[in-house]
Amino acid sequence: MKPVYLRPKSLTDTVTHYCPGCTHGIAHRLVAEVIDELDIQGRTIGVASVGCSVFAYNYFDVDFQQAAHGRAPAVATGIKRVHPDKVVFTYQGDGDLASIGAAEIVHAAARRENITVIFLNNAIYGMTGGQMAPTTLPGQITTTSPFGREHKTQGYPLRMSELLSAIEGAYYIARCSLHNASHIARAKRAIKQAFRNQIEGKGFSMVELLSTCPTNWRLTPVKALEWVEKHMIPVYPLGEFRVGEGE
Amino acid sequence: MSEPILMKGNEAIAEAAIRAGCKYFFGYPITPQNEIPEYMSRKLPEAGGVFIQAESEVSSINMVYGAAGAGARVMTSSSSPGISLMMEGISYIAGAELPCVIVNISRGGPGLGGIQPSQADYFQATKGGGHGDYKLIVYGPSSVQEACDLMIKAFHVADKYRNPVMILGDGMIGQMMEPVVFRDEPGDAAIPEKPWATTGNEGRQSNLITSIYLDPEVLDAHNWNLYRKYKAIEENEVMYESYHEDDSEWFLVAYGTVARICISVMEKMRKEGFKVGLIRPITLWPFPKVAFDEVAGRAKAFLCVEMSTGQMVEDVRLAVGGKAPVHFYGRTGGAVPLHSNIEKRMRDVIAGRTPVVTDYLDTTTKEVEGDETSVPAS
Ligand SMILES: Cc1ncc(C[n+]2csc(CCOP(=O)(O)OP(=O)(O)O)c2C)c(N)n1
Ligand code: SF4
Ligand SMILES: [Mg+2]
Repeated sequence: MKPVYLRPKSLTDTVTHYCPGCTHGIAHRLVAEVIDELDIQGRTIGVASVGCSVFAYNYFDVDFQQAAHGRAPAVATGIKRVHPDKVVFTYQGDGDLASIGAAEIVHAAARRENITVIFLNNAIYGMTGGQMAPTTLPGQITTTSPFGREHKTQGYPLRMSELLSAIEGAYYIARCSLHNASHIARAKRAIKQAFRNQIEGKGFSMVELLSTCPTNWRLTPVKALEWVEKHMIPVYPLGEFRVGEGE
Repeated sequence: MSEPILMKGNEAIAEAAIRAGCKYFFGYPITPQNEIPEYMSRKLPEAGGVFIQAESEVSSINMVYGAAGAGARVMTSSSSPGISLMMEGISYIAGAELPCVIVNISRGGPGLGGIQPSQADYFQATKGGGHGDYKLIVYGPSSVQEACDLMIKAFHVADKYRNPVMILGDGMIGQMMEPVVFRDEPGDAAIPEKPWATTGNEGRQSNLITSIYLDPEVLDAHNWNLYRKYKAIEENEVMYESYHEDDSEWFLVAYGTVARICISVMEKMRKEGFKVGLIRPITLWPFPKVAFDEVAGRAKAFLCVEMSTGQMVEDVRLAVGGKAPVHFYGRTGGAVPLHSNIEKRMRDVIAGRTPVVTDYLDTTTKEVEGDETSVPAS
């Protein structure tokens, strides 16, 4: 009998702490499959951020550093400059990357750091209990925008892929979604591209993944996937925003 | 051993770091330490290293975290406001037990303060600064030569204990030129194996650099492990200099450049027959309590002199333990305590006179006096 679906070598055999229906798990699996397929497990170093994925290092079987909130791109810079021959990636949420770590991600891209960034955008602060993020949609109810995000006082969603694609040092910027199988397959291709770019020394690559937080969105896992498609994608259009420039 | 070279303190510190095998420097410009990153940007690439001017001190210290966790000999330097921004990162580095060296060529605060020499960051450096139960090993050099020697030592001590080490200089150390001799350094060869570093898990189990322990039992155990390490550092790493400790009754206490002014006060007063000695802490943490035990029976009073409104004086009082009065004299914001004022203050201590602010006004300068309180220890 030939197995058709196995746990990637680069994932540990651990039950994750993620909520049922949360797409963090899918993103982990995609990254691990890519690490396996590129055969780089032994030379990959991950940087975990602060958010629900803070314990990512328990699930990936590669060397890991846990960074302070928002600082993963700076930590990754330190690692990559010491080990330019190793493959260094960060795994960051939207609060981490787009809010407290906005300066670090912009300048990692501007410096043309040869790293790979996996950016999980679930439009909310998952770990701290569902507060508003800079990526929260207009009108979206969170625990700190209880009447819905109101643009006059709380502004508009920050589109990080569009923002970073304006930076010359960025080589590859793509936004994908994890809400159904075909998009998951597309996301994997983008992630693989982002790792391959680093191996080839092309510079800064980031893949933004539209992701669910059924718990804090107060939706069932299935409804959450529908919410991504119906509400998030119109605000966060999918696609490759920057390809093969800034080399 | 090289010939003496006349060098500016900041450049000498940078050169010493390179000779100690430091290959990575991450920093952000701030006066009065800019010659350190400038020197590094010129010389580190030659030495096969990497210099990055980061977007902020927040980023610099997190680059240091990454590089230290990856097994490198790494440093950053800054001055007071920049060091404040690094405090979160330093706490993480201490929590994750990573070796690195942080240079603070400190300036006057609080806030943006000024750019002149100051010793007002003593509390921040020695009492934590960032959050959590942690300690930095802190050296307070008083000459350019000593700054170089301590810089080299700092990297070894950082590796030995897997702990961040701070060189706390003031703007005078950074800006003045003095002759320095660079001792032959083994450089790279002296860097120990770091089997815990994140280098890729090829042929071994995965390594993890972290400071998060959500289980209270585990975090408690981690903190007590750190505590035991700090106790070992207190046992082994204390450095200080005592002058005339065998026959003195009155002791000046000072560190860094201020100690040099106090030494000349001591010498002048001894010539005039006063039994004045001096204690100069070199490690500010661990604080050299033993230096005070050694003179406990004989000392009639201590006068602590700082470029602050009184920070180290608290450690002096703890070390003296109420056995003698501890007085204070300080200037702040870039004003340097004058020889004449320190001497006047010391003469009053000896005479048992209660100080009055104007007693210490030096009419030869336009200086305005700082705090003149004289608080007995008990
Ligand atoms: C300096 C600092 N500020 C605040 C926090 C608290 N905090 C932890 S996770 C988090 C938000 C994480 O949200 P996000 O990055 O979107 O990740 P998610 O949990 O949604 O995956 C915050 C604010 C912290 N750990 N450190
Ligand atoms: S809180 Fe949200 S983001 Fe976090 S694990 Fe649960 S569903 Fe996922
Ligand atoms: Mg989030």
